[in-house]
Amino acid sequence: MSTESLRIVWIYPDLLSTYGDRGNMLILARRAQLRGMPVEVLEVRSDQRLPATADIYLIGGGEDGPQALGAQRLLADGGLHRAVAQGSVVFGVCAGYQLLGTSFFAKGTKCAGLELLDLSSDRGPTRAVGELAGEVDPRLGVPALTGFENHGGRTHLGPGVSPLARVTAGVGNDGTTEGAWRGKLLGTYSHGPALARNPALADLLLRWATGIHQLPALDDTWAERLRSERRAAVAAAARA
Amino acid sequence: MPLRAKVATSVSRTAAALSRAAGRGDGSVIGGWIGLKIDPDLLAHLSTGRAIALVSGTNGKTTTTRLTAAAVGVLGRVATNSFGANMPTGHTSALAKAGSTPYAVLEVDEHYLAQVLEATEPHVVALLNLSRDQLDRAKEVAMMAQLWRAALVQHPDVRVVANADDPMVVWAATPPADPARGHFPPHVSWFSAGQRWHDDSWVCPECGSTIARKNDQWWCTGCALRRPEPQWTVEDDGVLDPTGAWHKIQLQLPGKVNLGNAATALAVAAEFGVRPVDAVSRLGTVTSVAGRYAQVDRDGRNIRLLLAKNPASWLEAFDMADEAPTLLSINARDPDGLDTSWLFDVDFAPLRGRQVLITGDRAYDLAVRLDVNGVPFQHVRTFDDAIRAVPPGRLEVIANYTAFQDIRAELDRVN
Repeated sequence: MSTESLRIVWIYPDLLSTYGDRGNMLILARRAQLRGMPVEVLEVRSDQRLPATADIYLIGGGEDGPQALGAQRLLADGGLHRAVAQGSVVFGVCAGYQLLGTSFFAKGTKCAGLELLDLSSDRGPTRAVGELAGEVDPRLGVPALTGFENHGGRTHLGPGVSPLARVTAGVGNDGTTEGAWRGKLLGTYSHGPALARNPALADLLLRWATGIHQLPALDDTWAERLRSERRAAVAAAARA
Repeated sequence: MPLRAKVATSVSRTAAALSRAAGRGDGSVIGGWIGLKIDPDLLAHLSTGRAIALVSGTNGKTTTTRLTAAAVGVLGRVATNSFGANMPTGHTSALAKAGSTPYAVLEVDEHYLAQVLEATEPHVVALLNLSRDQLDRAKEVAMMAQLWRAALVQHPDVRVVANADDPMVVWAATPPADPARGHFPPHVSWFSAGQRWHDDSWVCPECGSTIARKNDQWWCTGCALRRPEPQWTVEDDGVLDPTGAWHKIQLQLPGKVNLGNAATALAVAAEFGVRPVDAVSRLGTVTSVAGRYAQVDRDGRNIRLLLAKNPASWLEAFDMADEAPTLLSINARDPDGLDTSWLFDVDFAPLRGRQVLITGDRAYDLAVRLDVNGVPFQHVRTFDDAIRAVPPGRLEVIANYTAFQDIRAELDRVN
């Protein structure tokens, strides 16, 4: 951690907060606090400078216009690149995941991404809307991913990144793989409050940020019930 | 009315009556559906000869429509789709059922505004607000505002009554004038109803710059878009009209948001020539609206139903609810939207200190949300379990669309 408290920055909530994205910030802060870590959360709007010294950066989903604007401002600001160089954690969701790559499409135009992850995105033939599930890369030590996706993009991974998961339901990147990670950077199409259904993924980000490998266990009764209910719903839909 | 339209109207009424008699529904959709199959222009035919107001927006449509119909009722009989069936089939059913009336006030789903403007050629359209709502199927907010804008350009004669507090609505209601191409600015009468929810209008829809806010004012930091001076405003427990006269509003509906809806209703009625002083007493006759705000006594509990479909309306529901045991029920069926992410856009902190019960198809999503929010709760499987879990007295029920309908069914489809 950079200082005595864990610093979490939510990047550009004015642009990139389509649907419950605030949840990821709230969940990380809550899980850290329950373990006695002092937490500082900071919402940085797109007309403000991005501090380069936080531990975790969150980028949410957004419509095409705000996504393109967000990428431009992050490129001009440079703060996120400096933070990544210093070892900060970045978690990108949906539009926020796409803009971590080399390029993405917004309003029919190819836009430059931040080039923090070796991936590029374009438009798919159909919009992917619905439950998303997948088996997570075993190296991450996280159980199956469950989420809801709502995006028109398809993402192509380069050799410099690993897929976050193998898709078992839904589309994700391309119907086969979902999300991507490298080092302490991770992105997913599981949109909005992705960590609500994936507390182990939240703890992975906290482990990366703090360097503490054994975090005290928390009572995740409700999250576990939610996970099994969603798993059952996906299975039922597959049988129908 | 052409013969085909007459036949379609008659068949439509019969189908609606059959649907009600069979207990299959309130008949507000099926009748119109059949009528439109026989005569695709039926809605236009049924609109001819009526002075019509349309009411659209993300939240408050049903209640504002009811209040507006009550206000316009000063002038004569008013046809209205009071069951919340707000697509063209519902409009067709409502007009067919009402028979010949000089006036109609129709609630319109925001996605259908352009189509219904075209079919009904209304005298006035009220634009309430635009915020995120069921994004897995609905249009995103900026796209919706653009659709409204494009529709209004096609109808320069329509008088617009619009919310000055919502930047997306203001932008939609002020399309650029281009007299050379026959595009004239619409006549807009602005109302201020207050807006608790700001998270869908931080970015200017015109130029992409940040929207700044201070007190009631808002303005774009990059272009000329800013809050217009409203002619109708809520002040204390009343409404200030354009002449500066203040009218006390005594509603049977709770919350500041309904005072805003009352101001909107008076503004729309004024476009038909109704004086606010003549209409205010009628607003007080509106009790519950399709079960919304309904109160039912059961087993010593006074149960009040509040509908909340999206983040903006949850904020308003917390404002309306008493400090009493509260049941929250969440579903995610087709009419609700399949995605529960929005739960994290709502701050449930106002419920701390109240006894909170949760239920519904997606109670676990809500459980995780409340856990993160630090709001203690108890999960119950059924509505009866909820009633047994609270002491005698008020039980507030806040539910989203199909969860609300489920509970209404438990209470014998209370209206």
